[in-house]
Amino acid sequence: MTAVDTPPSANVGVTKLRKEDAHLVTGRTSWTDNLKLPGMLHVAFVRSPMAHAKVTGVDVSAALEQPGVVAAFSGADLVDNWSGGLPCAWPVTEDMKSPTHLPLATDEVRHVGDAVAVVVARSRYQAADAVEFVEVDYDPLPAVVDMEAALADGSDLADTSLDSNKSFTWQKIDGDIDAAFDGAAHVTTRRFINQRLIPTAIEPRAVVCAPPRETRETTLWSATQVPHILRLMLALTCGVPEHELRVVAPDVGGGFGSKLNVYAEEAVCLVLARKLGQPVKWTESRSEGYQATIHGRDQIQDVSLAFNQDATLRGMKVELLADMGAYLQLVTPGVPLLGAFMFNAIYKMDALSFTCHGIFTNKTPTDAYRGAGRPEATFAIERLIDEAANELGMEPFELRERNWIKHEEFPYTTIAGIEYDSGNYEAATAKAKELFGYDDLRREQQERRDRGDKVQLGIGISTFTEMCGLAPSRVLGSLSYGAGGWEHASVRMLPSGKVEVITGTSPHGQGHVTAWSQIAADALGVPYEDVEVRHGDTAVAHKGMDTYGSRSLVVGGYAVQSACDKVVAKAKRVAAHLLEASEDDIEFEAGTFSVRGSPDASKTIQDTALAIFAAHDYPEDMEPSLDSDATVDPENFSYPHGTHLCATEVDTETGQVTIRSYVAVDDVGKVINPQIVEGQVHGGIAQGVAQALYEEAVYDADGNLSTGSLLDYYVPSAADLPHFQTDRTETPATTNPLGVKGVGEAGTIASTPAVINAVVDALRPMGVNDVRMPASPRNVWEAIQAANGGAA
Amino acid sequence: MIPASFEYVRANSIEEAIGALQEHGDEAKLLAGGHSLLPLMKLRLAAPEVIVDLGRVDALRGVCETDDGRLAIGAMTSHQDVIDDDLVRQHCGVLADVTAHVGDAQVRHRGTIGGALAHGDAASDLPAALLALDGSVIAQGPNGRREIPASELFVDYLTTALNDDEVVVEVRVPKLDGDWGWRYEKFSRVAQAWAIVGALGIVKRSNGSIEDARVGLTNMGTVPVRAAAVEQALNGNGTDAIADAAQQAAEGTDAPGDLNATPEFRQHLARVLTRRALEAAAG
Repeated sequence: MTAVDTPPSANVGVTKLRKEDAHLVTGRTSWTDNLKLPGMLHVAFVRSPMAHAKVTGVDVSAALEQPGVVAAFSGADLVDNWSGGLPCAWPVTEDMKSPTHLPLATDEVRHVGDAVAVVVARSRYQAADAVEFVEVDYDPLPAVVDMEAALADGSDLADTSLDSNKSFTWQKIDGDIDAAFDGAAHVTTRRFINQRLIPTAIEPRAVVCAPPRETRETTLWSATQVPHILRLMLALTCGVPEHELRVVAPDVGGGFGSKLNVYAEEAVCLVLARKLGQPVKWTESRSEGYQATIHGRDQIQDVSLAFNQDATLRGMKVELLADMGAYLQLVTPGVPLLGAFMFNAIYKMDALSFTCHGIFTNKTPTDAYRGAGRPEATFAIERLIDEAANELGMEPFELRERNWIKHEEFPYTTIAGIEYDSGNYEAATAKAKELFGYDDLRREQQERRDRGDKVQLGIGISTFTEMCGLAPSRVLGSLSYGAGGWEHASVRMLPSGKVEVITGTSPHGQGHVTAWSQIAADALGVPYEDVEVRHGDTAVAHKGMDTYGSRSLVVGGYAVQSACDKVVAKAKRVAAHLLEASEDDIEFEAGTFSVRGSPDASKTIQDTALAIFAAHDYPEDMEPSLDSDATVDPENFSYPHGTHLCATEVDTETGQVTIRSYVAVDDVGKVINPQIVEGQVHGGIAQGVAQALYEEAVYDADGNLSTGSLLDYYVPSAADLPHFQTDRTETPATTNPLGVKGVGEAGTIASTPAVINAVVDALRPMGVNDVRMPASPRNVWEAIQAANGGAA
Repeated sequence: MIPASFEYVRANSIEEAIGALQEHGDEAKLLAGGHSLLPLMKLRLAAPEVIVDLGRVDALRGVCETDDGRLAIGAMTSHQDVIDDDLVRQHCGVLADVTAHVGDAQVRHRGTIGGALAHGDAASDLPAALLALDGSVIAQGPNGRREIPASELFVDYLTTALNDDEVVVEVRVPKLDGDWGWRYEKFSRVAQAWAIVGALGIVKRSNGSIEDARVGLTNMGTVPVRAAAVEQALNGNGTDAIADAAQQAAEGTDAPGDLNATPEFRQHLARVLTRRALEAAAG
């Protein structure tokens, strides 16, 4: 047996430096845009400069005359190549309206950036130059940019083929909502605007497609989170047989949901490569991506809480307007529904009514963005609880404690009808308050208020939970989602004792290679270094549901564990056979099978792998292979939770908000790799702070994206963010064998309300009860002015 | 982010650069660091046919003292070299401090003082500083050199008094020897962004009162401006006059409105930031 540095059973729960990082930080990456194939051509898109218009003519003839141009097509030229429009996999209601979404528009453009034609040239520069020679005649139509106006009678239509701007109304009512509100001693009502955001993954989207050569296989590389979903959906959209299409997600630089989609550019590149018989490449520029890649959030939330006299919660009403944008992308209409189960959050109540109207506008489509529906819900409930506490004259923690699910009440079925398997809000909160120095900060806050300091201190609380680990397939089915939520893994013991793990998850920065290696190393009792994890290529990882919704560890890690368990079971039979012992007498520990009571009689798992490879001597009733597959379907979602506390200093003269301290205590269940978890929490908080203080996608009245580049869309950098003090409590999930809950979105879900609650708390003495996000100096100053005006 | 095609000319001397400008007229643009020009080209908001690169003209780098007691800073001196320069730090530390607010580290190592001033962006930090310092630029054209005071350099939005065939070769600033204090209050959305408003206060103190006050404002109009009313209200007065004087900071400005600030908010910020800058400068 090989000597190892670390005991083979001590990988899970230990920080391991990520196997992925050496090549990432030294630039030896294989981003899609780094791929160069012989004879590769470059694709550029002609995009609508108008939010809404009839396309009355497209003339590519002048573009074809430009240097290096090989081909150019209008939407009409390619229309026969599509078996269907780009897919929406989540028809949330039977009567949901979904406009046909062709990869290239033919007769009507519906948002700035909608593609109408495509140019193919020998270089990227030539393609970009030739775009300017495609003549498109537009007949402008009124742009629909405001959700409430869009619903009014006689409103202009975002899509002239539809009879209204409403895609759907989805409603879920639990308990007697009328009784809850009719008999309430106190009702708190607010309207919150959850602004539109642009995901801004660090790697822009890119596509390379190679047509068939020796075989009939077409290969498409894409900066995608979902190679498996993409393969199926592109096969359907473009009429390419699924088995003749291979999709590869090479190194992918972040996604946050923006690469969880099936995009026009992927379909067009697939068709162009096959049509022209040459490889093609397209890479978006940042400003192009800001128009052509999905946006996130964009909800108007009307929310109310009803309380008893003793401040216990009776019920909650939620009415949402959710901006779909111009088209329904892969899961656009389902995003707000993921919040439908989360508005009640950690609180007990007797009734919950949730109504969501999906609205079409002439803007870039929205879709899943880190948290997808849960950040919106968590923001609303955690803001509203703070407002209710203020109205009731209570300490905000006191109101929370009075209404949250107590530790001993788990498992707990919420008013929304889902079962939280585990949680300990008391423990996370106690730890967070101590780390934060909560009482000292409250004292300092009072001192500043008393002396009328120009810089006021605010304290923001977010006691959040979320549902992730998407998802139990039957639950998805009940919500009309078009697919299941299972995940697959294969584990192969190689003759030399090394291990290949094939996963159906598709990491794009998360560190699955490292974490899956840790799981497999411990499960099989082999050295961590002896495990290789393969993913992201449908020719290698033949089966999978990909990476989103904090599902990869909870479902994909579970599948790895499950496949490893099957390998061990087979190896145990081989060991028993070789040791001439009864299988019942074989013990397995740290990679070694031994006979109970005869410690000298042992075989390592590597010994069994070599024996089964040689296959000279193995049990008669088994196949000569230890390799195993597992496809697991989770029995429930997972429910990470935690308490985040934020202290802000707000300059009341300028409206400038500075985060002074931030404490996050997260409970994500068992932890595989603490450093990866901490990284996810840090990045997640940063992204939530970005929504609270910095980012907003703004459209003007004509539907032009005013924040069309990083010049105007403010993504904070490390220089803008404080130190995050993170800690954990560990309440294992009971619904998967690893006890894990998922951590990819928790920080983002938790942090936005923590920050805004802190900003409002700072300004409360000035009469401010809300600040529109982002809490930019302008928005804060205007909130102060409005409160002053109200007082005067 | 693909610029339109252009011809590239590398100038090996000031004269070669002027020659190229004469040959190509307004189709040519000088490349002097490129941190304003190249982003505009990549967005195709600018599409010059000829780029004349000054990067190899070594004569345009470095700082020296002039016979008339000022500092002469070569136009192609990078922001970081201005920040680190001993003469600048000794005699005109305010310029080093303001320059440290320009962009981010990458921009400061590639961008140049002459390039930033010739771009004439009222939202960038150096134009207001040059104006508050009563500095100037030396422009060289086919007919020789001329000095353009900052008060005449900035004509309109992204427009300067430079002719198409002129190259900024030097930036001149006074030596602030004596009891001077200064503070640049830059107010921006994120660390590396342009100022929503910037206020530079420079104060010469004498016997407990203010002998000479200068206020330069960034992004309060199409050109950088001095808050002249504030300066007049302060000269000869004590520091207790600052709060009242700063109330006049927005007078005579033409504050733009955008997503970050309405004109009213900018005016308010100008007053607050001017007060803070002057109080720190005088303190």
